[in-house]
Amino acid sequence: MTGEFQPGPQPEPQVEHPDVIFCPDGPMLLRGDHVIEDEDGNAHRTTRPVSAVCRCGGSMIKPWCDGTHKLLRRSSRD
Amino acid sequence: MLTPHARGALSHAVLTAMRSADTSTLAQAPQAESAQDAHLTLWALYEQHYRGFDDVAGELEWDPLLLSIRRKLEQDFEQTLRARIPQFPAPGNFAEDFFGFVADFDGASLSGHVQRKATKEQVCQLLRHRTVYHLKESDHTTWLIPRLSDRVKAAVMELQFDEYGAGDPQRLHAHLFRRGIEDSGLDSEYGAYINEAPLEILEENNAMSLFGLNRRLRAASLGFLAAFETTSSAPSRRMAAGLQRLGFPASMVEYYTEHVEADAVHEQLAVRTICGAFLEEEPQLHDDVYFGAWTSMDLEARYAARMLKEWAA
Ligand code: FES
Ligand SMILES: [Fe+2]
Ligand SMILES: [Fe+2]
Repeated sequence: MTGEFQPGPQPEPQVEHPDVIFCPDGPMLLRGDHVIEDEDGNAHRTTRPVSAVCRCGGSMIKPWCDGTHKLLRRSSRD
Repeated sequence: MLTPHARGALSHAVLTAMRSADTSTLAQAPQAESAQDAHLTLWALYEQHYRGFDDVAGELEWDPLLLSIRRKLEQDFEQTLRARIPQFPAPGNFAEDFFGFVADFDGASLSGHVQRKATKEQVCQLLRHRTVYHLKESDHTTWLIPRLSDRVKAAVMELQFDEYGAGDPQRLHAHLFRRGIEDSGLDSEYGAYINEAPLEILEENNAMSLFGLNRRLRAASLGFLAAFETTSSAPSRRMAAGLQRLGFPASMVEYYTEHVEADAVHEQLAVRTICGAFLEEEPQLHDDVYFGAWTSMDLEARYAARMLKEWAA
Protein backbone atom coordinates (compact mmCIF):
# COMPACT_ATOMS: atom_id res chain seq x y z
CA MET A 1 0.00 0.00 0.00
CA THR A 2 1.54 3.30 -1.02
CA GLY A 3 -1.53 5.25 0.03
CA GLU A 4 -1.36 7.01 -3.30
CA PHE A 5 -4.59 7.68 -5.17
CA GLN A 6 -4.81 5.60 -8.31
CA PRO A 7 -6.93 7.28 -10.95
CA GLY A 8 -9.59 5.08 -12.59
CA PRO A 9 -9.90 4.71 -16.36
CA GLN A 10 -9.95 8.02 -18.21
CA PRO A 11 -13.45 9.29 -18.97
CA GLU A 12 -14.39 9.11 -22.64
CA PRO A 13 -13.82 12.40 -24.46
CA GLN A 14 -16.69 14.87 -24.53
CA VAL A 15 -18.91 14.09 -27.52
CA GLU A 16 -21.21 16.40 -29.42
CA HIS A 17 -24.95 15.88 -29.25
CA PRO A 18 -26.40 18.53 -31.55
CA ASP A 19 -30.12 19.36 -31.74
CA VAL A 20 -29.99 19.51 -35.54
CA ILE A 21 -27.91 17.38 -37.93
CA PHE A 22 -27.68 18.04 -41.65
CA CYS A 23 -27.06 14.66 -43.29
CA PRO A 24 -24.96 15.03 -46.47
CA ASP A 25 -27.26 14.49 -49.49
CA GLY A 26 -30.05 13.59 -47.08
CA PRO A 27 -32.52 14.92 -44.55
CA MET A 28 -32.15 17.25 -41.61
CA LEU A 29 -32.40 15.35 -38.34
CA LEU A 30 -34.19 17.13 -35.51
CA ARG A 31 -33.90 15.97 -31.92
CA GLY A 32 -36.81 16.65 -29.58
CA ASP A 33 -40.28 18.10 -30.02
CA HIS A 34 -40.89 20.67 -32.71
CA VAL A 35 -43.66 22.00 -34.91
CA ILE A 36 -42.69 22.32 -38.58
CA GLU A 37 -44.56 24.64 -40.91
CA ASP A 38 -44.47 23.46 -44.52
CA GLU A 39 -44.53 25.56 -47.72
CA ASP A 40 -48.32 25.69 -47.64
CA GLY A 41 -48.44 26.93 -44.07
CA ASN A 42 -49.55 23.61 -42.56
CA ALA A 43 -48.13 22.74 -39.15
CA HIS A 44 -46.68 19.28 -38.50
CA ARG A 45 -45.74 18.20 -35.00
CA THR A 46 -42.85 15.80 -34.54
CA THR A 47 -43.86 12.49 -32.95
CA ARG A 48 -40.59 10.64 -32.32
CA PRO A 49 -37.35 11.19 -30.39
CA VAL A 50 -35.56 12.11 -33.63
CA SER A 51 -37.32 13.22 -36.82
CA ALA A 52 -35.98 13.50 -40.36
CA VAL A 53 -37.12 16.53 -42.36
CA CYS A 54 -36.88 16.20 -46.15
CA ARG A 55 -34.38 18.55 -47.75
CA CYS A 56 -34.35 17.10 -51.28
CA GLY A 57 -37.97 17.94 -52.07
CA GLY A 58 -38.67 14.45 -53.37
CA SER A 59 -40.33 12.82 -50.37
CA MET A 60 -43.90 11.55 -50.69
CA ILE A 61 -44.56 12.16 -47.00
CA LYS A 62 -43.30 15.74 -46.69
CA PRO A 63 -42.27 17.43 -44.52
CA TRP A 64 -40.71 14.13 -43.44
CA CYS A 65 -37.99 12.26 -45.31
CA ASP A 66 -38.92 8.86 -46.78
CA GLY A 67 -35.52 7.91 -48.19
CA THR A 68 -36.33 9.11 -51.73
CA HIS A 69 -33.24 11.34 -51.68
CA LYS A 70 -31.17 8.17 -52.18
CA LEU A 71 -32.77 7.60 -55.60
CA LEU A 72 -32.39 11.23 -56.69
CA ARG A 73 -28.75 11.16 -55.77
CA ARG A 74 -28.13 7.92 -57.61
CA SER A 75 -29.76 9.01 -60.84
CA SER A 76 -27.74 12.25 -60.81
CA ARG A 77 -24.52 10.29 -60.26
CA ASP A 78 -25.14 7.59 -62.88
CA MET B 1 -45.52 -20.60 -26.73
CA LEU B 2 -44.97 -24.36 -26.88
CA THR B 3 -41.85 -25.97 -28.31
CA PRO B 4 -42.02 -26.41 -32.11
CA HIS B 5 -42.20 -29.70 -34.01
CA ALA B 6 -38.84 -31.36 -34.61
CA ARG B 7 -37.40 -31.29 -38.14
CA GLY B 8 -34.83 -34.07 -37.77
CA ALA B 9 -32.84 -36.19 -35.35
CA LEU B 10 -31.00 -33.36 -33.61
CA SER B 11 -34.02 -31.13 -33.05
CA HIS B 12 -35.97 -34.19 -31.93
CA ALA B 13 -33.33 -35.07 -29.33
CA VAL B 14 -32.89 -31.49 -28.11
CA LEU B 15 -36.59 -30.60 -27.93
CA THR B 16 -37.39 -33.89 -26.16
CA ALA B 17 -34.64 -33.21 -23.62
CA MET B 18 -35.86 -29.65 -23.11
CA ARG B 19 -39.44 -30.75 -22.48
CA SER B 20 -38.45 -33.53 -20.09
CA ALA B 21 -35.83 -31.34 -18.33
CA ASP B 22 -33.43 -34.28 -18.62
CA THR B 23 -30.58 -33.17 -20.84
CA SER B 24 -28.15 -35.98 -19.86
CA THR B 25 -28.98 -37.81 -23.10
CA LEU B 26 -27.49 -34.87 -25.02
CA ALA B 27 -23.93 -35.79 -24.04
CA GLN B 28 -24.16 -37.97 -27.19
CA ALA B 29 -26.46 -35.84 -29.30
CA PRO B 30 -27.05 -36.94 -32.91
CA GLN B 31 -25.73 -34.91 -35.84
CA ALA B 32 -28.06 -32.43 -37.48
CA GLU B 33 -29.79 -34.19 -40.38
CA SER B 34 -30.21 -31.08 -42.49
CA ALA B 35 -29.88 -27.31 -42.41
CA GLN B 36 -33.51 -27.13 -41.28
CA ASP B 37 -32.81 -29.53 -38.43
CA ALA B 38 -29.79 -27.47 -37.32
CA HIS B 39 -31.55 -24.11 -37.63
CA LEU B 40 -34.73 -25.16 -35.87
CA THR B 41 -32.60 -26.47 -33.00
CA LEU B 42 -30.60 -23.27 -32.85
CA TRP B 43 -33.75 -21.18 -33.02
CA ALA B 44 -35.25 -23.09 -30.07
CA LEU B 45 -32.04 -22.75 -28.05
CA TYR B 46 -31.94 -19.00 -28.69
CA GLU B 47 -35.60 -18.64 -27.91
CA GLN B 48 -34.86 -19.64 -24.33
CA HIS B 49 -33.13 -16.25 -23.98
CA TYR B 50 -36.14 -14.32 -25.26
CA ARG B 51 -39.61 -15.33 -24.06
CA GLY B 52 -38.98 -19.04 -23.64
CA PHE B 53 -41.42 -21.94 -23.94
CA ASP B 54 -44.37 -22.78 -21.72
CA ASP B 55 -43.35 -26.45 -21.77
CA VAL B 56 -39.66 -25.95 -20.86
CA ALA B 57 -38.29 -25.20 -17.38
CA GLY B 58 -36.60 -21.79 -17.02
CA GLU B 59 -33.43 -23.32 -15.53
CA LEU B 60 -32.58 -24.85 -18.88
CA GLU B 61 -31.68 -21.45 -20.30
CA TRP B 62 -28.17 -21.99 -18.89
CA ASP B 63 -27.95 -25.79 -19.11
CA PRO B 64 -24.33 -26.61 -20.06
CA LEU B 65 -25.24 -29.43 -22.44
CA LEU B 66 -27.73 -27.25 -24.28
CA LEU B 67 -25.22 -24.41 -24.39
CA SER B 68 -22.54 -26.66 -25.84
CA ILE B 69 -24.90 -27.74 -28.64
CA ARG B 70 -25.79 -24.10 -29.26
CA ARG B 71 -22.10 -23.20 -29.44
CA LYS B 72 -21.39 -25.88 -32.03
CA LEU B 73 -24.38 -24.85 -34.17
CA GLU B 74 -23.37 -21.19 -33.89
CA GLN B 75 -19.83 -21.93 -35.02
CA ASP B 76 -21.08 -23.81 -38.08
CA PHE B 77 -23.55 -21.05 -38.89
CA GLU B 78 -21.00 -18.26 -38.55
CA GLN B 79 -18.64 -20.19 -40.84
CA THR B 80 -21.41 -20.60 -43.43
CA LEU B 81 -22.25 -16.90 -43.27
CA ARG B 82 -18.62 -15.82 -43.55
CA ALA B 83 -18.16 -18.06 -46.58
CA ARG B 84 -20.89 -16.07 -48.36
CA ILE B 85 -19.41 -12.58 -48.09
CA PRO B 86 -18.23 -10.54 -51.09
CA GLN B 87 -15.49 -7.90 -51.29
CA PHE B 88 -16.26 -4.98 -48.96
CA PRO B 89 -15.43 -1.30 -49.56
CA ALA B 90 -12.10 -0.24 -48.05
CA PRO B 91 -12.31 2.07 -45.03
CA GLY B 92 -12.98 5.64 -46.19
CA ASN B 93 -16.05 7.85 -45.84
CA PHE B 94 -18.15 5.31 -43.98
CA ALA B 95 -21.64 6.77 -44.39
CA GLU B 96 -21.26 7.44 -48.10
CA ASP B 97 -19.62 4.07 -48.78
CA PHE B 98 -22.18 2.21 -46.72
CA PHE B 99 -25.21 3.77 -48.43
CA GLY B 100 -23.53 2.98 -51.76
CA PHE B 101 -22.86 -0.62 -50.75
CA VAL B 102 -26.49 -1.13 -49.80
CA ALA B 103 -27.76 0.58 -52.97
CA ASP B 104 -25.53 -1.65 -55.12
CA PHE B 105 -26.86 -4.84 -53.56
CA ASP B 106 -28.67 -6.81 -56.19
CA GLY B 107 -31.04 -9.40 -54.77
CA ALA B 108 -34.62 -10.60 -54.98
CA SER B 109 -37.20 -8.49 -53.17
CA LEU B 110 -40.78 -9.25 -52.20
CA SER B 111 -42.25 -5.78 -51.83
CA GLY B 112 -42.63 -5.12 -55.57
CA HIS B 113 -44.53 -8.38 -55.98
CA VAL B 114 -46.75 -7.56 -53.00
CA GLN B 115 -47.42 -4.08 -54.32
CA ARG B 116 -48.55 -5.19 -57.77
CA LYS B 117 -49.42 -8.85 -58.11
CA ALA B 118 -49.47 -10.93 -54.92
CA THR B 119 -52.68 -12.67 -53.91
CA LYS B 120 -54.22 -12.29 -50.49
CA GLU B 121 -53.18 -15.87 -49.63
CA GLN B 122 -49.57 -15.13 -50.54
CA VAL B 123 -49.50 -12.00 -48.41
CA CYS B 124 -51.07 -13.85 -45.46
CA GLN B 125 -48.35 -16.49 -45.76
CA LEU B 126 -45.70 -13.76 -45.85
CA LEU B 127 -47.19 -12.09 -42.76
CA ARG B 128 -47.27 -15.42 -40.90
CA HIS B 129 -43.58 -15.85 -41.65
CA ARG B 130 -42.87 -12.28 -40.55
CA THR B 131 -44.48 -12.89 -37.15
CA VAL B 132 -41.43 -14.93 -36.12
CA TYR B 133 -39.40 -11.73 -36.06
CA HIS B 134 -41.79 -8.80 -35.98
CA LEU B 135 -43.50 -9.89 -32.75
CA LYS B 136 -40.15 -9.41 -31.07
CA GLU B 137 -38.95 -6.67 -33.36
CA SER B 138 -35.70 -4.97 -32.31
CA ASP B 139 -35.11 -7.19 -29.28
CA HIS B 140 -31.95 -8.72 -30.76
CA THR B 141 -30.39 -5.25 -30.94
CA THR B 142 -31.14 -4.64 -27.27
CA TRP B 143 -28.74 -7.49 -26.35
CA LEU B 144 -25.93 -5.29 -27.59
CA ILE B 145 -26.42 -2.28 -25.40
CA PRO B 146 -24.28 -3.24 -22.38
CA ARG B 147 -21.42 -4.09 -24.74
CA LEU B 148 -20.96 -0.59 -26.16
CA SER B 149 -19.16 2.61 -25.16
CA ASP B 150 -21.17 5.47 -23.63
CA ARG B 151 -21.43 7.30 -26.92
CA VAL B 152 -22.53 4.37 -29.08
CA LYS B 153 -24.78 3.02 -26.35
CA ALA B 154 -26.69 6.32 -26.16
CA ALA B 155 -26.96 6.39 -29.96
CA VAL B 156 -28.40 2.87 -30.09
CA MET B 157 -30.86 3.78 -27.33
CA GLU B 158 -32.00 6.83 -29.28
CA LEU B 159 -33.02 4.51 -32.13
CA GLN B 160 -34.34 1.69 -29.95
CA PHE B 161 -36.47 4.10 -27.94
CA ASP B 162 -38.42 4.84 -31.14
CA GLU B 163 -38.71 1.11 -31.95
CA TYR B 164 -40.17 0.65 -28.47
CA GLY B 165 -42.74 3.41 -28.96
CA ALA B 166 -40.83 6.02 -26.93
CA GLY B 167 -42.26 4.34 -23.85
CA ASP B 168 -45.84 4.11 -25.15
CA PRO B 169 -46.82 0.45 -25.56
CA GLN B 170 -49.47 1.44 -28.13
CA ARG B 171 -46.70 2.70 -30.40
CA LEU B 172 -44.17 -0.07 -29.82
CA HIS B 173 -43.43 -1.47 -33.27
CA ALA B 174 -43.92 -5.11 -32.28
CA HIS B 175 -47.28 -4.10 -30.85
CA LEU B 176 -48.32 -2.26 -34.03
CA PHE B 177 -47.54 -5.46 -35.90
CA ARG B 178 -49.47 -7.59 -33.41
CA ARG B 179 -52.54 -5.39 -33.83
CA GLY B 180 -52.32 -5.57 -37.61
CA ILE B 181 -51.98 -9.35 -37.49
CA GLU B 182 -55.01 -9.68 -35.20
CA ASP B 183 -57.15 -7.38 -37.34
CA SER B 184 -56.09 -9.39 -40.41
CA GLY B 185 -57.62 -12.49 -38.80
CA LEU B 186 -54.27 -14.16 -38.13
CA ASP B 187 -52.98 -15.58 -34.85
CA SER B 188 -50.93 -12.95 -33.02
CA GLU B 189 -49.70 -15.29 -30.31
CA TYR B 190 -45.94 -15.17 -30.12
CA GLY B 191 -44.47 -18.14 -31.99
CA ALA B 192 -47.82 -19.30 -33.38
CA TYR B 193 -46.44 -19.96 -36.86
CA ILE B 194 -42.97 -21.26 -36.15
CA ASN B 195 -43.84 -24.70 -37.55
CA GLU B 196 -44.38 -23.28 -41.01
CA ALA B 197 -41.31 -21.01 -41.02
CA PRO B 198 -39.03 -22.01 -43.91
CA LEU B 199 -35.28 -22.41 -43.52
CA GLU B 200 -34.56 -18.87 -44.71
CA ILE B 201 -36.73 -17.34 -41.97
CA LEU B 202 -35.01 -19.45 -39.32
CA GLU B 203 -31.63 -18.39 -40.69
CA GLU B 204 -32.60 -14.71 -40.63
CA ASN B 205 -33.80 -14.92 -37.04
CA ASN B 206 -30.81 -16.97 -35.95
CA ALA B 207 -28.36 -14.51 -37.49
CA MET B 208 -29.90 -11.69 -35.46
CA SER B 209 -29.54 -13.69 -32.25
CA LEU B 210 -26.05 -14.92 -33.14
CA PHE B 211 -24.84 -11.34 -33.61
CA GLY B 212 -26.82 -9.96 -30.69
CA LEU B 213 -25.82 -12.56 -28.12
CA ASN B 214 -22.09 -12.74 -28.84
CA ARG B 215 -20.17 -9.67 -27.68
CA ARG B 216 -17.41 -10.62 -30.09
CA LEU B 217 -19.85 -10.04 -32.97
CA ARG B 218 -21.14 -6.65 -31.79
CA ALA B 219 -19.90 -4.93 -34.96
CA ALA B 220 -21.81 -7.41 -37.13
CA SER B 221 -24.93 -6.77 -35.06
CA LEU B 222 -24.61 -3.02 -35.63
CA GLY B 223 -23.99 -3.56 -39.34
CA PHE B 224 -27.02 -5.85 -39.54
CA LEU B 225 -29.11 -3.13 -37.92
CA ALA B 226 -27.81 -0.45 -40.29
CA ALA B 227 -28.54 -2.49 -43.43
CA PHE B 228 -31.94 -3.56 -42.12
CA GLU B 229 -32.95 0.08 -41.51
CA THR B 230 -31.43 1.26 -44.80
CA THR B 231 -33.49 -1.25 -46.81
CA SER B 232 -36.82 -0.55 -45.14
CA SER B 233 -38.48 2.76 -46.08
CA ALA B 234 -39.10 2.16 -49.80
CA PRO B 235 -40.05 -1.54 -49.42
CA SER B 236 -42.39 -0.58 -46.57
CA ARG B 237 -44.13 1.89 -48.86
CA ARG B 238 -44.62 -0.85 -51.48
CA MET B 239 -45.87 -3.26 -48.80
CA ALA B 240 -48.39 -0.67 -47.59
CA ALA B 241 -49.60 -0.12 -51.16
CA GLY B 242 -50.02 -3.87 -51.71
CA LEU B 243 -51.89 -4.38 -48.45
CA GLN B 244 -54.18 -1.51 -49.37
CA ARG B 245 -54.77 -2.95 -52.84
CA LEU B 246 -55.79 -6.27 -51.26
CA GLY B 247 -58.09 -4.66 -48.69
CA PHE B 248 -56.10 -5.46 -45.55
CA PRO B 249 -57.21 -3.59 -42.40
CA ALA B 250 -55.86 -0.08 -41.73
CA SER B 251 -53.80 -1.23 -38.73
CA MET B 252 -51.82 -3.67 -40.90
CA VAL B 253 -51.19 -0.95 -43.50
CA GLU B 254 -50.16 1.47 -40.74
CA TYR B 255 -47.47 -0.84 -39.46
CA TYR B 256 -45.76 -0.40 -42.82
CA THR B 257 -46.47 3.32 -43.29
CA GLU B 258 -45.01 3.91 -39.84
CA HIS B 259 -41.84 2.20 -41.10
CA VAL B 260 -41.62 4.41 -44.19
CA GLU B 261 -41.22 7.40 -41.90
CA ALA B 262 -39.45 5.85 -38.91
CA ASP B 263 -36.81 4.00 -40.89
CA ALA B 264 -35.91 7.10 -42.90
CA VAL B 265 -34.78 8.42 -39.51
CA HIS B 266 -33.36 5.12 -38.31
CA GLU B 267 -31.18 4.59 -41.37
CA GLN B 268 -29.44 7.93 -40.74
CA LEU B 269 -28.98 7.17 -37.06
CA ALA B 270 -27.82 3.59 -37.64
CA VAL B 271 -25.29 4.57 -40.30
CA ARG B 272 -24.04 7.87 -38.88
CA THR B 273 -24.48 8.19 -35.13
CA ILE B 274 -24.22 4.45 -34.46
CA CYS B 275 -21.96 2.60 -36.93
CA GLY B 276 -19.99 5.71 -37.89
CA ALA B 277 -19.28 6.55 -34.25
CA PHE B 278 -18.54 2.91 -33.42
CA LEU B 279 -15.96 2.65 -36.20
CA GLU B 280 -14.21 5.79 -35.00
CA GLU B 281 -13.67 3.93 -31.74
CA GLU B 282 -13.04 0.44 -33.09
CA PRO B 283 -11.84 0.86 -36.69
CA GLN B 284 -10.42 -2.67 -36.72
CA LEU B 285 -14.02 -3.98 -36.79
CA HIS B 286 -14.81 -2.25 -40.11
CA ASP B 287 -15.24 -5.50 -42.03
CA ASP B 288 -17.42 -7.03 -39.33
CA VAL B 289 -19.86 -4.12 -39.70
CA TYR B 290 -20.07 -5.00 -43.41
CA PHE B 291 -20.30 -8.71 -42.59
CA GLY B 292 -23.44 -8.00 -40.57
CA ALA B 293 -24.84 -5.69 -43.23
CA TRP B 294 -24.24 -8.21 -46.00
CA THR B 295 -25.81 -10.98 -43.95
CA SER B 296 -28.93 -8.91 -43.37
CA MET B 297 -29.43 -8.19 -47.07
CA ASP B 298 -28.36 -11.62 -48.30
CA LEU B 299 -30.63 -13.60 -45.96
CA GLU B 300 -33.61 -11.44 -46.85
CA ALA B 301 -32.86 -11.89 -50.56
CA ARG B 302 -32.63 -15.67 -50.08
CA TYR B 303 -36.02 -15.66 -48.41
CA ALA B 304 -37.49 -13.49 -51.16
CA ALA B 305 -36.06 -15.74 -53.89
CA ARG B 306 -37.52 -18.78 -52.20
CA MET B 307 -41.01 -17.30 -51.91
CA LEU B 308 -41.03 -15.89 -55.45
CA LYS B 309 -40.09 -19.35 -56.71
CA GLU B 310 -42.75 -21.05 -54.59
CA TRP B 311 -45.36 -18.61 -55.90
CA ALA B 312 -43.98 -18.91 -59.43
CA ALA B 313 -43.91 -15.12 -59.44
S1 FES C 1 -34.29 14.20 -47.86
FE1 FES C 1 -34.93 12.18 -47.74
S2 FES C 1 -36.59 12.12 -49.10
FE2 FES C 1 -35.95 14.19 -49.24
FE1 LIG D 1 -39.49 -0.97 -36.38
FE1 LIG E 1 -36.47 0.88 -37.57
